[in-house]
Amino acid sequence: MMRTVLILLLLALIGFTLVSTVVEMPTFGHPDNPTNNELSQGFIDNAKEETGAMNIIASILVDYRAFDTLGEATVLFVAIAAALSTLKAH
Amino acid sequence: MEDVIIRFISRIIVPFIQVYGLYVILHGHLTPGGSFSGGAVLGSSMILFALSFNLERGAKKLTHDASTVLECGGILWFTVLGLYGIFAGANFLTNQGAGFNLGVPGQAVSGGIIMLVTIGLGLKVASTVITLFYSLIEVEGDSHG
Amino acid sequence: MAEIALRLYENKYFLVAMVLFIIGFHTMLTHSNLIKKVIGMNIMDTAIFLLFVSVGYIEGGVAPIIEPGVEQVYVNPLPTVLILTGIVVAVSVTAFALSLIVKLYESYGTIDAEEIMRIRSTEL
Repeated sequence: MMRTVLILLLLALIGFTLVSTVVEMPTFGHPDNPTNNELSQGFIDNAKEETGAMNIIASILVDYRAFDTLGEATVLFVAIAAALSTLKAH
Repeated sequence: MEDVIIRFISRIIVPFIQVYGLYVILHGHLTPGGSFSGGAVLGSSMILFALSFNLERGAKKLTHDASTVLECGGILWFTVLGLYGIFAGANFLTNQGAGFNLGVPGQAVSGGIIMLVTIGLGLKVASTVITLFYSLIEVEGDSHG
Repeated sequence: MAEIALRLYENKYFLVAMVLFIIGFHTMLTHSNLIKKVIGMNIMDTAIFLLFVSVGYIEGGVAPIIEPGVEQVYVNPLPTVLILTGIVVAVSVTAFALSLIVKLYESYGTIDAEEIMRIRSTEL
């Protein structure tokens, strides 16, 4: 009983903080948002000549930011190695 | 599980699912998709095969040695393509500065390093999904079909 | 009060993402079954993905695939690229957590978290 009240109080506190953040965030879909800066505009403008691919997201993933994709492939490899070594331990 | 309808239908459907997965991987630079979603589709075709038939028949299709080769070969292929850029005089993992042929944008073979890396990563993700499913399902002792 | 409701209605995607996060957190805290805790963690991950992807939307924009010959306004591609890596990390963590649950069931015979804690506190 005490545990339920404590959990609901904690969730109400976290929920109030999160919802009051949503009120202060920039408007959804507005072209003047702070996230639409010249970096993404530079990616959209130069992707076709510099990489030769029509898919902008694939050219960002494999050409401009290929090192992050190498790190993600390492995460996949380490996860499957850990899962296999846990399950098949004799 | 043993059911005549499921075995009959999955025997027909599995090649179409594999062709669709290969299409999503190979056209990663032209249409939405890429290596991760195409690899997941290709892996789920083998999961359907292993669910509708026995587990031993599914494990014989992709043996332990073959999945090891696919898994380690994917990352090594990526690293070798990156080191080729260092030998050619530019940075690690460059596309045009290292001499890869870009081609005409919009054709099937274009983009230089993008197509080669996508194929390697797609096969790696498919092998990961299949190996994870086979090792989680195995039951020690008798395995009923 | 009315303008707060209007702001919440304009940013409805962010509000739904926060509500999903609270639901996932409550699922992870309340139930004592280990599989339900893993499901709660997946719901929290999905809420964060929704929040990130919906930040990059521009009104009147289409998906960032270049069509030859048509001038269009494209959606911001950067948050989508970040989330592609995030999805793979979430899948890897779920896979490892499920393999740990299989080994726990073989060792203790139950999946209940409180039962396992009780068995561990009474054995030597």
